Amino acid sequence: MTEMSFGQALNQALVLALEADEGVFVAGEGVGVSIHQDPNMPTHGLLERFGPRRVRDTPVSEAAIAGLAVGAAAMGLRPVVEIMFFPFITLASDMLVNHAGKLRYMSGGQSRFPLTVRVKAGVGFGAGSQHSHNLEAWMAHSPGLKLVWPSNPADAKGLLLGAIFDPDPVIVVEDMMLYWMRGQVPEGDNRQALGRARVVRAGTDCTLVAYGAALYTALEGARMAAEAGIACEVIDLRSLVPLDKACLLDSVRRTGRLVIVHEANRFCGYGAELAALAAEEAFEALKAPVRRVAPPSIPVPASPPQEGFFKPSAEAVAAAVKEICR
Amino acid sequence: MNIPAWTPELQARLYQDMLLSRRFEERIVEMAKEKGRLPGMQILSVGQEAVAAGVVAALTPRDVIVSNHRSHAHLLCRGADPNTLMAEIMGKATGVNAGKAGTLHLAVPQLNVLMTSTVVGAGPPLAAGAAFAQQYTRSGAVTVVFFGDGAAAEGSVHEAMNLAGVWKLPLLLVCENNCWAGAQPCRVHCAVGDLSIRAAAYDMPGRAVDGNDVEAVYRLAAEMAAHCRGGRGPALIEARTYRMRGHGESDPQHYVDPAEIAAWSRRCPLKRYRQKLLDGGVLSAADLERMETGAMRKVADAVDFADRSPYPEARAALDDVWTAAPAL
Ligand SMILES: Cc1ncc(C[n+]2csc(CCOP(=O)(O)OP(=O)(O)O)c2C)c(N)n1
Ligand SMILES: [Mg+2]
Repeated sequence: MTEMSFGQALNQALVLALEADEGVFVAGEGVGVSIHQDPNMPTHGLLERFGPRRVRDTPVSEAAIAGLAVGAAAMGLRPVVEIMFFPFITLASDMLVNHAGKLRYMSGGQSRFPLTVRVKAGVGFGAGSQHSHNLEAWMAHSPGLKLVWPSNPADAKGLLLGAIFDPDPVIVVEDMMLYWMRGQVPEGDNRQALGRARVVRAGTDCTLVAYGAALYTALEGARMAAEAGIACEVIDLRSLVPLDKACLLDSVRRTGRLVIVHEANRFCGYGAELAALAAEEAFEALKAPVRRVAPPSIPVPASPPQEGFFKPSAEAVAAAVKEICR
Repeated sequence: MNIPAWTPELQARLYQDMLLSRRFEERIVEMAKEKGRLPGMQILSVGQEAVAAGVVAALTPRDVIVSNHRSHAHLLCRGADPNTLMAEIMGKATGVNAGKAGTLHLAVPQLNVLMTSTVVGAGPPLAAGAAFAQQYTRSGAVTVVFFGDGAAAEGSVHEAMNLAGVWKLPLLLVCENNCWAGAQPCRVHCAVGDLSIRAAAYDMPGRAVDGNDVEAVYRLAAEMAAHCRGGRGPALIEARTYRMRGHGESDPQHYVDPAEIAAWSRRCPLKRYRQKLLDGGVLSAADLERMETGAMRKVADAVDFADRSPYPEARAALDDVWTAAPAL
């Protein structure tokens, strides 16, 4: 184990993948030469180390970047491309939704698309709604695409490696607000299987589910609820597609209560799927209504107090827990 | 083309517009250094003021402007109130967009700066829509869209240019080629060295201009706007200029040759024009001094206004998603 930042852990995964497999290449806007000069940026130093054949700066052309990944993957390479901010995935979405997710299926299983799309997400840096807009529900809704969302440095490395060496298209969401977070990271190839959630805090009264940066809001909410004598079990989802149903349902069946936390808009958000899962498959165990703690259906405002209002708070999590644990 | 003759008033306006922009943004540079003073990222037009001033001065108030992430100069040259712009940049309730936009999405529809998008390349299709409305209503007005050399690589820009070409929309496309898109120079992100030749692919006139020469920009913009207004369809201007402060205020520009920055700073559009106006006897040193004082006062007032303004109510974040629906 070595202590490093989340961004450095992602960087290690990219380095390992580039070393391990000649078919891996990295492409995107500023993945080689960047306006950032910060070792906590995931692609820092890759160009110097692997050269312009393996690490490609592209034009500002998200459709072409995603198409490049699909086409090169069909030829047997393992593309790792970057979409700079989550809202810009809309420009890449035809290539991802209609092609990366469908072409293998439509080939009758003959083609393979082992590609990875890294995308930066998050709310809280004051840039407003065209830079902050978490669209995981769009992607999760599209068949054929997998999606993982690490919450700590060890998972950042492990899930990115898992994604790169997965045989199918995987979107890896990186919460920008976590890039500087430090933690212990295993040496070498710690690739993680997709589709596994993790219980990060055990409890008996209420299940709290979150992913990415929202996990820390959930954990803080759990701590506040504990002060009121309520023991929350907190699950870090890690992989949204495929979803670890067993982990979630097992917990809900034990606690009988479920609160979901995410930073994407609540309406038709990913949390709705989790709530539906609990209702469909653990209905008999539920002792109270499922609650979602998530932003209202508004674009992310730029003004600091309003951006703060948008983002779910630990207080709101604790309040939701207390309300259904009464 | 009936390009208006140079008048001292027009020349003074061009200089004054550039000056206000420069001083306004220099103040942002200072504030951006104070931690926590400004929210978000600060993306400035320093060095590119002649493009904004020259193009905007060639428009009528009814003409529409669509802007991008580097919008301050476009807005100030159009006459937007520095006070409410600064308040918006600080995320205050008195901001021109009530704090919803912040620095990246500033728009002033009242002045026909109709829309601003920070999604690179989104401007041209939006502007094609505005130009279509102008054509549809036979308004005689034109739409101008500012976009970067980097944006020229987005498919949306090509779709919009083709549509405008086919439908002969009154759309003036102004590509501000500032030599960089993020940390990528044009030779890395653009297959041609001369962006104006792209016009040929969409059957419109395309011309390049020294984007640091405000009179040259004005002249070409007036000529191209007249072309669009005359029902002959869209036109493309490539204004060659330079982003003096890098991509944004947090960009150390470690990847730029300092000699390149030095060479472009010798071509500063303000310095050049000031000298020309002095040499030509259009403005005296005293006139320039007065303009300088005036610009500085406006900027000081704007910062003061923004500082004294409150932040919006947090819950007001819920407002403005939709128009209040009429009762059925
Ligand atoms: C669709 C999209 N992709 C990427 C970005 C991130 N981004 C913001 S500005 C920029 C560079 C744009 O270059 P250019 O069009 O030349 O404009 P300039 O910044 O030089 O004025 C990039 C890549 C974005 N805002 N939108
Ligand atoms: Mg540029």
